[in-house]
Amino acid sequence: MEKSGPGLETELRLGLPGGSGGEVEKNEKKRVFEEFDGCEDKAAVHKNQVVGWPPVAAFRRKNSFNGGKMYVKVSMDGAPFLRKVDLTMHKGYSELVRALEDLFGCFGIGEALKEDEENYEFVPIYEDKDGDWMLLGDVPWEMFAESCKRLRVMKRAEAKGVGLHAKDLLKGLSKEE
Amino acid sequence: MCLFQSVMNYFPEEVLEHVFDFLTSHRDRNAVSLVCKSWYSVERFSREKVFIGNCYAVNPERLIARFPRLRSLSLKGKPHFADFNLVPHDWGGHVYPWIEAMAKSGINLEELRLKRMVVSDESLELLAKSFPNFKSLVLVSCEGFTTDGLAAIASNCRFLRELDLQENEVDDRKGQWLSCFPESCTSLVSLNFACLKGEVNVAALERLVARCRNLRSLRLNHAVPLEVLQKILVQAPQLNDLGTGSFTHDPDSETYIKLKNAMKNCHSIRSLSGFLDVNGRCLPAVYPICTSLTSLNLSYAPGIFNNELIKLICHCKKIERLWVLDTIGDKGLNVVASTCKELQELRVFPSDLYGVGNAAVTEEGLVAISAGCPKLNSILYFCQQMTNAALITVAKNCPNFIRFRLCTLNPVVPDAATNQPLDEGFGAIVQSCKGLTRLSVSGLLTDQVFLYIGMYAEQLEMLSIAFAGDSDKGMLYVLNGCKKLKKLEIRDSPFGNMALLSDMGKYETMRSLWMSSCEVTLGACKTLAEKMPRLNVEIINENEAGDGEGEASFDDRHRVEKMYLYRTLVGPRTDAPDFVWTL
Repeated sequence: MEKSGPGLETELRLGLPGGSGGEVEKNEKKRVFEEFDGCEDKAAVHKNQVVGWPPVAAFRRKNSFNGGKMYVKVSMDGAPFLRKVDLTMHKGYSELVRALEDLFGCFGIGEALKEDEENYEFVPIYEDKDGDWMLLGDVPWEMFAESCKRLRVMKRAEAKGVGLHAKDLLKGLSKEE
Repeated sequence: MCLFQSVMNYFPEEVLEHVFDFLTSHRDRNAVSLVCKSWYSVERFSREKVFIGNCYAVNPERLIARFPRLRSLSLKGKPHFADFNLVPHDWGGHVYPWIEAMAKSGINLEELRLKRMVVSDESLELLAKSFPNFKSLVLVSCEGFTTDGLAAIASNCRFLRELDLQENEVDDRKGQWLSCFPESCTSLVSLNFACLKGEVNVAALERLVARCRNLRSLRLNHAVPLEVLQKILVQAPQLNDLGTGSFTHDPDSETYIKLKNAMKNCHSIRSLSGFLDVNGRCLPAVYPICTSLTSLNLSYAPGIFNNELIKLICHCKKIERLWVLDTIGDKGLNVVASTCKELQELRVFPSDLYGVGNAAVTEEGLVAISAGCPKLNSILYFCQQMTNAALITVAKNCPNFIRFRLCTLNPVVPDAATNQPLDEGFGAIVQSCKGLTRLSVSGLLTDQVFLYIGMYAEQLEMLSIAFAGDSDKGMLYVLNGCKKLKKLEIRDSPFGNMALLSDMGKYETMRSLWMSSCEVTLGACKTLAEKMPRLNVEIINENEAGDGEGEASFDDRHRVEKMYLYRTLVGPRTDAPDFVWTL
């Protein structure tokens, strides 16, 4: 996992007053899809996140990648080996979380994502195409499935200092490339 | 009256009709119908095949009135950019009114070919029940139907020869559509259901294949396992075109050995596709077929690894058409270049949509192909990077391109070696390839590339532009220069009102113009619509749907997000949804 480094001083940020805007954020908390006019377009173009580009027909997009399957590695803190899960087998986050719970024989992986939930042991996160670690559940399922490269079930103790409820996460973060 | 006409008028109509029978292309027949009134009349009564490139350019009534002996109809609906999710789902392109009108008028329809149209189960049912001689249904990139609609076709079309489903979105109803072909159905020549997601009744499939002795083309879906493929091939060694379903099995098993033997016996297969689920170690079974293959489509087979792919290609010396994923790499393309000397069409699709790091193919592969394959005339190439030098070399090696479509994964990437725009490279292509009819450009491009296109691309009929150009001048160069332009589609480029309105008459010589995320305003579109009554100027406004303020809140200076205009003989369409305004 990347640690935040001196490069973060150059990040442009907007933060909620009184929120953790002043603190150094670990990369895994950064949000990627933002709603700025103009600068989003250029950044989006460079990151190949533009709608309909590359111009591959929708049918082909759905059917020709990895034989329709999307296997990604899943690691769990404390487990001696990793597992793999096929994202196309699930239609949404709750199904995925259940599958992860089955794989690792534990319960409560999804608790961290629920509102007002204070007692949770695990935090499910994923690495996206940019190499950033993201909290599960913020973006629509399809968007997540297309951008997820690997999953990690992190132990709460590792994620100290910042509120993890999706609503609390800072909006309006952007990164100048 | 000229001498020629007076001579021709001595021939009775039957003779003219017989002469016209030799004209198979739509363009030729269209040209002939313009010569004089009597030719128009003879031609229209004898025409059996009609092609309509934009279903909203005419309507069913006019079609039927002009061509009463219509037997075969081809229709296209949504604009091309609909493939890339740029057109809202329910924009239009419904086939039902066409089928309904033809049924009511007693047209003896035998063939229907549709592309990018909305096809409901009701339309399929009506089709199946209204035309007793119906023989051929080809649906490409369509949607709106389920396997229930297919069941209706299978049950009712007693003389069905062709059911060809290419890349359609079909809802699976878990019915038994394949079992609906009655035992009396023995006429199938072509059956393609590769795009279907669900299970099929394999026993019914095997029986169907066994009794259709004229079956030449069969493309299976992923649900048909290798064991069944083997049995089918034993029943149908006469196949010309095979699309395998799943192609995975234990290569040491008896089933696999039986498959190998069955394939050795298929001497007529010239076209191969599928491998929707594949174990590379099973591929050697197809090697005997490879030697006579002319067409190979592996673009839906990401499960084939690079080395297996290369080994396969080494056997394909006669290939004329090759579709692959970019996992083939530049190295694999070099093998194609040295092996496939008959290659005419190559398509290289991306395997990794976000293009992060896995540099799949580059300009090097393209140059190798252009040098090694003298008959190359059509290319679609998705690549990580490109250079002007490479394009200039390709242009020199291959002056015979008819279709040249290049898509860089980053739409504005400059020349990888010099960091310059790719204007010179594409300029070389259009200058060298005098027969070019279709061009897609990408990468960093300025107005200069359009100057070249306008100057040299004299035969160009279709041009696709994205994230390119600097000013209205770019679009103007194209509109002024490309005399044969039929379809122009532009997205995310800084072309605006001045370019749009400079030559309004031009659009009546074209089939359609698409502009999205450009600089044209509502006011300019309104002006165009007002001055050109034989164009439909459609504005697509997804954001305003359901917003009561709608049109009132739109100012003429407001930029239009999506505009689609097309020539038409029948005015604004009556089936436009709320979010489409025809100005």
